[in-house]
Amino acid sequence: MKSFAKKNPAFLLFCFCILLIVLVAVFAPFLSGGHDPAEGILANALQKPSGEHLFGTDKLGRDLFARVIYGTRTSLTAAFSVVVIIFLAGTILGTLAGYFGGAVDMVIMRFSDMMVSFPGMVLAIAIAGMLGASIQNAVFAISAVSWTKYARLARSLVLKIRHQDYVAAAIVTGSKTPYILTKYMLPNVLPTLVVTGATDIGSMMLELAGLSFLGFGAKAPMPEWGLMLNEGRAYMSSAPWLMIFPGLAIFLVVVIFNLFGDSLRDILDPRDE
Amino acid sequence: MSFKQLGRRLVQIFAVLIGISFLTFLLTYLAPGDPVRTMYAATGVVPSEEVMQQTREEMGLDRPFFVQYADWLSRCLRGDFGTSYSLKKPVLELLGSRLWPTIKLSLLSVFLMLTVSIPFGMLAAVNKNKWIDGLVRGITFLGVSMPNFWVGLLLVSFFCVKLKWLPVVSADTTFRNMILPAVTLAFAMSAKYTRQVRTAVLEELNQDYVIGARARGIQEWKILWQNVFPNSLLPLITLLGLSIGSLLGGTAVAEVIFSYPGLGSLAVSAITSYDYPLVQGYVLWTALIYMVINLAVDISYNFIDPRIREKR
Repeated sequence: MKSFAKKNPAFLLFCFCILLIVLVAVFAPFLSGGHDPAEGILANALQKPSGEHLFGTDKLGRDLFARVIYGTRTSLTAAFSVVVIIFLAGTILGTLAGYFGGAVDMVIMRFSDMMVSFPGMVLAIAIAGMLGASIQNAVFAISAVSWTKYARLARSLVLKIRHQDYVAAAIVTGSKTPYILTKYMLPNVLPTLVVTGATDIGSMMLELAGLSFLGFGAKAPMPEWGLMLNEGRAYMSSAPWLMIFPGLAIFLVVVIFNLFGDSLRDILDPRDE
Repeated sequence: MSFKQLGRRLVQIFAVLIGISFLTFLLTYLAPGDPVRTMYAATGVVPSEEVMQQTREEMGLDRPFFVQYADWLSRCLRGDFGTSYSLKKPVLELLGSRLWPTIKLSLLSVFLMLTVSIPFGMLAAVNKNKWIDGLVRGITFLGVSMPNFWVGLLLVSFFCVKLKWLPVVSADTTFRNMILPAVTLAFAMSAKYTRQVRTAVLEELNQDYVIGARARGIQEWKILWQNVFPNSLLPLITLLGLSIGSLLGGTAVAEVIFSYPGLGSLAVSAITSYDYPLVQGYVLWTALIYMVINLAVDISYNFIDPRIREKR
């Protein structure tokens, strides 16, 4: 453990930063300084950042600092949900497709071929928009267009070992299929997919915020950074803080998650530069 | 690429389009919005439930899913994508009028991206692991993590609101109106592409012919521009095709911020007004354009890289 820390100080630092972000999300009520992110006092609308309102207030007089802090919850939950969904769906379906081949493989791979030969964001916008604006629908839309990447990856990793002698030996000696899948296939698939998942958190966050910005994600009173930027757009000249702080929040969090993903990849996959 | 391969690709494109058409149709079928209600709402009168039911029957919206889909698909194949509910014009005409502005915007941003990425990517590759490489990589890292809509908003607030140099609303496709949306789009793309140029050039720099050329005393810049760069073009063109494709979906954000009259902003307003035919047309056409671009990229390899021509 100690030598690991010595070898990878950067990784530990990023882990610590992520822990901080998670703590901010968890303890949002304590950090927001007694302000409710949903409660606005119209008399306080569009106030400049001050001691009372660290980041100023928005058009409805809501405390922007509280909203940015609570926005951490929305973004983290949504981005983690997307990554967990596509990770699970991709791993399970890809592993099954690679192991069994045949019709299962055909269907899954044709479907993912289709998704690859097509700009995913176009479909995600259409899905999220048509199903109605909500953060759940945005999560569903982005998951629906992103899981195929994981499935392809898992499939190709399974195919690499599917016909190795030790797998054949396991089958011949009577190992049950679920046993082979969990003890032989999964351990071979997981490391690469975990790294892919970790590096994708940042970009998923960006896509979710983008959907919310367009009005196809989080709905009005919800504190969400993309949505806050969209709401603040109209007050660009009179209240610039409305577009500076939520934007900075997205930027910072995405940078940290990207750095974390990159350093995790460096540790687990030394081949890559 | 032989004619046989080309034929196979065309069949594949057709198959994907059928798949996409099914997905989008399913999507509009499952969507909770009511197109008839929206249609009447757009005209300003909300009639009684009987009248709306009658309109639904006239439009065939009460028929079973597969009948509707087959009917819609056969009309699409004949080039009839229906009429927009909200704008009362043929979908094809609407898409057509918005296509060129989006293409122009995409081309300008790709051009901007290339003028930034190629020099900086090469600079970083040549000075690998020196401070300039670190700087370029650091900046590109930050660039990748910036949300593009935030970049757009910052550009507007600086150049349009503060300095008042450029218009806030890009209502037409003059250069003055296009430059900021194009920079917005080029920003994140340049960051990504610079890294890819660096990787591609680094890979070529490790080839034996570079050592050979150096041993013969050929100047470094000559090796770089006459040998290394042309050789690293192939992966870059693939990525260029992909990034033009992803622009098709990505322009929406920039177009909305700058009220630019392109496909993306049309699609966003179509979705918000539950304009099913327009959304379906948009998705299908972007899919088609994307695949045609990628096909064109693959065909271009034949001309760029003789090795591929030989292979077949």
